[in-house]
Amino acid sequence: MDNQTMKNNSFFDRLKVMLFRHTNWPVTVLLLLGIITVIFPLYMTVVIAFKQPSEMTNSISGILSLPKSFSLSNFKEAMEVTDFWNSLANSLIITISTVIISVILHSMLGYVLGRTQAKRKGYKFIYFYIVSGMFVPFAILMMPLVKQTAMLHLDNMLGVIILYTVFYMPMNVMLYSGYLTNIPMALEEAAYVDGATTWRTYWTVIFPIMKPMHATVAILTALGTWNDVMTPLVIMSGSKNTLPLAQLSFQTQFGANYNLAFASYLLALLPIILFYIICQKQILSGVVNGAVK
Amino acid sequence: MKKKQRLSRNQTYMLITIPIVALFFTFNTLPLIQGIIYSFTNFKGYGDFDWVGLRNYKDLFTDARVGSSYAFTFRFAIVATIITNVISLLLATGLNSKIKFKNTLRGLYFVPNVLGSLVVGYIFSYIFTYLLPAFTKILGGEGTSMLSSTSWAWLAIVIVCAWQSIAMNTIIYISGLQTVPEDVYEAGSIDGATGFKRFSHLTFPLILPFFSINMVLCMKNFLMVFDQIVAMTSGGPAQSTESISFLIYNNGMSGGQFGFQSANAVLFFVVIVVIAVLQMRFTNKREEQL
Repeated sequence: MDNQTMKNNSFFDRLKVMLFRHTNWPVTVLLLLGIITVIFPLYMTVVIAFKQPSEMTNSISGILSLPKSFSLSNFKEAMEVTDFWNSLANSLIITISTVIISVILHSMLGYVLGRTQAKRKGYKFIYFYIVSGMFVPFAILMMPLVKQTAMLHLDNMLGVIILYTVFYMPMNVMLYSGYLTNIPMALEEAAYVDGATTWRTYWTVIFPIMKPMHATVAILTALGTWNDVMTPLVIMSGSKNTLPLAQLSFQTQFGANYNLAFASYLLALLPIILFYIICQKQILSGVVNGAVK
Repeated sequence: MKKKQRLSRNQTYMLITIPIVALFFTFNTLPLIQGIIYSFTNFKGYGDFDWVGLRNYKDLFTDARVGSSYAFTFRFAIVATIITNVISLLLATGLNSKIKFKNTLRGLYFVPNVLGSLVVGYIFSYIFTYLLPAFTKILGGEGTSMLSSTSWAWLAIVIVCAWQSIAMNTIIYISGLQTVPEDVYEAGSIDGATGFKRFSHLTFPLILPFFSINMVLCMKNFLMVFDQIVAMTSGGPAQSTESISFLIYNNGMSGGQFGFQSANAVLFFVVIVVIAVLQMRFTNKREEQL
């Protein structure tokens, strides 16, 4: 009998060790509970988006209960009302163009400034001039920019793309030139010795090496432009919608039909959620890289 | 036959730099200068205007609406920064300890950050307008919405902004905590450092650079709050949640105060630069002391 309990004890002890030694369960449980704060608003969005107005009451159960049927009619109507495909296309065009132009232009300038600013005063000045642009709030540029873009006939998507390229320049140039200080000059020198021009060397040697920084820059720029409201709002002033802008104009016109509104919100959130699910690892490391460097 | 001239390294550098810097000047520095010039006029946004010297700036300090927008923005930014950083630090410590489902949890806690703040604002606006009042009614409350109360609406904005920023700050704190080597804790535990003592004497000083990044990021973003205001309150009720950016946008773009709000924007710019410089000085000093 004694022997038996001893055996049992040691079994439970081992089980305990197995379960608890490497895992802090209380913290795990707390964190799992905390995740409700993240999931809940999204759950509510999904539930309301699928319901019909007749299913909605102002009680908690009326808001949070599951819909009677998962019909897609709300989404269909929301797509028509907000001109979803056009807004989505505009958002995609603006974001993708901005990312491509940013990666090309900002990496070039980051390269030049990263290689020169230590030795040459003029370039050092340019570096600080560009980077200090980070502190300029959009609020001060907004009103003159509306006039300026209208005058240059840039009160359209092209103008918004150009502006984003300029707004993200301080951060991106800083990231690129910081990254370059870790890349030894020897690689370029070898290419020069082989007779390549600076321009060629940049595209064949340096640009490919900066790949990790391209990912960081692309992700930060993409997240920022995709979700931005203010720039397209003031520059395009309603002539063209992006996905977030479509929600804004929808809200002012049909705000009272919450089921339609939430279907529309869900549609607006879906692309970025899909993007996050697919590229979660790159996004997390990109965001951290961008902030820490 | 013309011989192809090869560019020297310096010439290539110049050819890259000049057009890009020109682009930056045209769409960043030029409008900034224009904004400063407009701030000395009584321009309405259309028609003629006169030079008014420093009158706009003098008026800024006596204008009640401007004053209350600064009061709201700062109260909001400071409270939101504190809440965000406290919760983020706790979350990061939890997510960095020996837990199950570590990667899934980290991934999920980051979700709010990738969502557009305007749509998030609309979703929370519904929660504050319908769901929360229904809940407080059950508890015997009045069942009125936070967003319609001049004394509570600002807190609703704090909650929404914190909800999104916590995701970002937590990830930065986690990457900070990962830089703390395990043997520091071992050495600390020999000296009897546990719990909060361990955190305040060992962990926190070591992640101070990450703390300062988060403080600067938070303050800057919160001071410029705009989307959430548009989505949730439009500055109301009774202009109690009118942020500086929102006021400049609203009155400058459509309220006929182009000149006056330009002065406001210049002041805002100066305030942001001063805060950023102070924050960096402060954290640099603390880092040197260590």
